Amino acid sequence: MSEELRELALHIEAKRPDCVLNHDIAFGELTLTISPNALVSFVDFLKADKTCLFSTLIDITAVDYPAREARFDVVYHFLSMYQNHRVRVKVAAREEDILPSIIEVHPSANWFEREVFDMFGILFSNHPDLRRILTDYGFRGYPLRKDFPTTGYTEVRYSEEQKRVVYEPVSLVQEYRQFDFMSPWEGAEYILPGDDKAEAKG
Amino acid sequence: MDGKFEDALTGEQKIRNFNINFGPQHPAAHGVLRLVLELDGEIVDRCDPHIGLLHRGTEKLMESRTYLQNLPYFDRLDYVAPMNQEHAWCLAIEKLTGVEVPRRASLIRVLYSEIGRILNHLLNVTTQAMDVGALTPPLWGFEEREKLMVFYERACGARLHAAYFRPGGVHQDLPPELIDDIETWAHEFPAVLDDIDGLLTENRIFKQRNVDICVVSEQEALDWGFSGVMVRGSGMAWDLRRAQPYECYDEFDFQIPVGKNGDCYDRYLCRMAEMHESLKIIHQCIEKLRNEPGDVLARGKLTPPSRGEMKTSMEALIHHFKLYTEGFHVPAGEVYAAVEAPKGEFGVYLVADGSNKPYRAKIRAPGYPHLQAIDHLSKGHMLADVAAIIGTMDIVFGEVDR
Repeated sequence: MSEELRELALHIEAKRPDCVLNHDIAFGELTLTISPNALVSFVDFLKADKTCLFSTLIDITAVDYPAREARFDVVYHFLSMYQNHRVRVKVAAREEDILPSIIEVHPSANWFEREVFDMFGILFSNHPDLRRILTDYGFRGYPLRKDFPTTGYTEVRYSEEQKRVVYEPVSLVQEYRQFDFMSPWEGAEYILPGDDKAEAKG
Repeated sequence: MDGKFEDALTGEQKIRNFNINFGPQHPAAHGVLRLVLELDGEIVDRCDPHIGLLHRGTEKLMESRTYLQNLPYFDRLDYVAPMNQEHAWCLAIEKLTGVEVPRRASLIRVLYSEIGRILNHLLNVTTQAMDVGALTPPLWGFEEREKLMVFYERACGARLHAAYFRPGGVHQDLPPELIDDIETWAHEFPAVLDDIDGLLTENRIFKQRNVDICVVSEQEALDWGFSGVMVRGSGMAWDLRRAQPYECYDEFDFQIPVGKNGDCYDRYLCRMAEMHESLKIIHQCIEKLRNEPGDVLARGKLTPPSRGEMKTSMEALIHHFKLYTEGFHVPAGEVYAAVEAPKGEFGVYLVADGSNKPYRAKIRAPGYPHLQAIDHLSKGHMLADVAAIIGTMDIVFGEVDR
């Protein structure tokens, strides 16, 4: 399996040396990192090339790494039902970057890109209809970014006085509990309350 | 009327397209789907689905919970066939940690995945019939679903939210009587399937409403990212159980039914045939399960120690406590695991950072790309066909909205 994948990776790299930055095979899966400006032509190549024939777009998503300068990894999954193999394509993007949309190549990218925009705030150029998709009408913020709190900022309830649903800032009776069960002996980064020796150790 | 209609004096007299809201509280919307339909007479011109009314933020919630705590979220995605979803999550974790699932657990997983497939197809086929005007099939189908849910309950204690598949195996072993009862049921079920078949397959109204409706060509199925019955109905024999075998599907003997015309009726026939194939797998599974006693959990860091061991061994007790508080750690890496869920390819893209919680988990639900194609597929169809199209795409909002 991984031997075939290595051949495939070398084939793609040989054909498109300008876009593929690096390839990696782990857990029987091929990951290609490419540069964002060649995205559309590269996806088109993956679809058309006889050895690749990645005709089905499985998924588009993103991963947020707030510490990095290029904060997001936009991840594309493709499947070839003819050659029976998969590939993962990764593109790094900064917060202000606009990625090209791949709708022209894969019409099914439409909702996936809308979802990435909705959840991460990554913009796509040439997208015909870049609206929010999963969140509420008039929602603000990008929920899947790591700096967005799990509780959100607003909550809704039905107001008996106004006879309609009203939006209010979240008020929690008890603080949202983020349990941390990491053992203090192995790699917990916080300082326990009352731990006087922690300073001296660090 | 000859010539052009140009003597309209006011704006009201001019004909314009009519916009209607379909749902969110419409019985044929299969949940909370809101469609904004633009109609030209009774012909659909444009169809804009508004989804997200059932969005619960599963992926965000998963980032702050341990791997084991995340498992029950998968029951709540496609609540029609819960265990098939858990399967994808378990496979992703097992792929990253490199855990080998014991043989008996693997067989139980296959058995319950196929029960889930029948659960799903029964619901889909019969509610599809209801959408086009038949009331009897759902009543008959739900009786069988009830029996299957009792099998769920007897295996794990819950009818719907099972949490039965665990990373490293399944939670508990099946009692032998349960296996016997499943076999008895599997012998009786074909008669019920034949009854439903007799109600629908040659039914005049059912055929009028389904034949040549929502025809999907092979190219369209690829362009719109379809999977499962939506591609098989169009003549492609694509099934992950066969093409990229996971678990122990490679040792089972079953056929992959494919359609010819890619319309709603062919997809209905595919689903009926798939139920028969699932029964075949269930029979083979039962046969193998009887001959293969053994453990159902890969004992190690991922799974709890046995109850008896916990009563006698201090280390086992500590392990149990650590597992259910801190949880197990998954080595850093990223992985995509997919299963052939009844609705199509259900996948999990998991990014682990080496801690006890997933850094990011993306759920790839088959219903999501299917529903997005509704604008394309319903164009030019009558308004009444929209209900049939939603039915044939097998949409469940738990997984579309996540």
